[in-house]
Amino acid sequence: MAITSAATHGKRSATAATDERRILDWQIATIAAIHTETPRVRTFTLRLPDWTTHRPGQHYDIRLTAANGYSVQRSYSIASAPEREGEIDLTVERVADGEVSPFLHDVAVVGDQIEVRGPIGGYFVWHSALEGPLLLIAGGSGIVPLMAMIRHRAAATRRPATRLLYSSRTLDDIIYADELRGLAARDDGLEVVHTLTRSQPAGWTGYGRRIDDQMLSDVRRPLGDAPRVFICGPTPLVEGAANGLVRIGVPAERIRTERFGPSGK
Amino acid sequence: MPVPFVTRGFQGKPRATGDAARRVPPSQYLTTDFPVLSAGPTPTKNLRLWSFTIEGLVREKTSWSWAEFQKLPAQDFVVDISCVTKWTKLDTHWRGVSVDTLLEHVDLEPRGAFATAYCDGGYTTNIRLPDLVNGQAFVASQYEGAPLEAEHGGPARLVVPHLYFWKSAKWVRGLHITEKETPGFWESLGYHIRGDPWKEERYSGD
Repeated sequence: MAITSAATHGKRSATAATDERRILDWQIATIAAIHTETPRVRTFTLRLPDWTTHRPGQHYDIRLTAANGYSVQRSYSIASAPEREGEIDLTVERVADGEVSPFLHDVAVVGDQIEVRGPIGGYFVWHSALEGPLLLIAGGSGIVPLMAMIRHRAAATRRPATRLLYSSRTLDDIIYADELRGLAARDDGLEVVHTLTRSQPAGWTGYGRRIDDQMLSDVRRPLGDAPRVFICGPTPLVEGAANGLVRIGVPAERIRTERFGPSGK
Repeated sequence: MPVPFVTRGFQGKPRATGDAARRVPPSQYLTTDFPVLSAGPTPTKNLRLWSFTIEGLVREKTSWSWAEFQKLPAQDFVVDISCVTKWTKLDTHWRGVSVDTLLEHVDLEPRGAFATAYCDGGYTTNIRLPDLVNGQAFVASQYEGAPLEAEHGGPARLVVPHLYFWKSAKWVRGLHITEKETPGFWESLGYHIRGDPWKEERYSGD
């Protein structure tokens, strides 16, 4: 049985390989804008001399190099839709003991140049030609690659029924809150469901707890038994949501995950 | 020679020095955590149905049940691991069966030059045979003195520590020996065919 799936993967790779075999060269991007999303999260708009269209869900690598030659690299998901040409948005959470995100937040200014390469990643991707329905689950800054999908969907002519379940700590930690409200108000099949795990403001009508099987079941129900699922967030949230969806009957092969941060152990 | 690019205002954090610094491949950072990266849900294990198989270009396909696998001579391994997502972890302790030990039980056909590791959940990765032998790779069922947790690949995971960690296939169920190299899951999606962290073979074309 296992070897059958191996063979299937091999066959699929033959077609995937052709459009992925592109040399990824470093290029020097210019920071065109910096936008504060939440107290800990900023969006950096990068103008790219060698822009290529990306698929929502992909990321870029950033490389910082010191005068003494020391360099570091990190990957950041693309937040913007591929419809925007010549530039990309990277939304970055400031990690207190990090090395690249504190530099971007505290040192980098508009007009600075940054080395990047991408777009990278061919699995955690969605484009509007793929049929739905679509279930997106985000924890914290895990919303970023999903936002690229939501923005791409908004710009597309085909818009599958889509639900976003978005877990944040507090109201102030919700990234893209206004834009998500606006997109949901278009009433074109996108629904946004929030849960706030740490504190909820007076009159809060969303969920107020960590994601659990009951919540997953409620959010998934209108989408049928086998929606296409993308989950991105800290490891414990992704593990919990992915395993929970499998428990409530969503086929494992419909679920794609991207994890970041510590393992929580 | 082009002038190397320098990022304005970037100095970097104070780095580890000495032995530790020498063991961290280029552009990687040290972590003491053990991040989890998988493309889908964590498969649940059922040891009664588990087996490990070597097949393809071998004279006779060979399989071990979980109980049989536990009886194979195991060894302790202390290795440094590097993930293409940029983290490196030093001195990880594993217990498992060397691929050399497994290959003693099969007759490899001389044409066999590559292996595809295949897994529960459908994941695959390709590895050259020379990267799997001579004590370089093992199938681990214990990590830091305890049974390997499912989210880290338990019940058993291939570990090829000198290559980026996506080659160390979680939930591994077997090796398929081939004459030609067949790109596996990530290798078909833009990642490097071999993945040597010291050469920074991250993506196709690196």
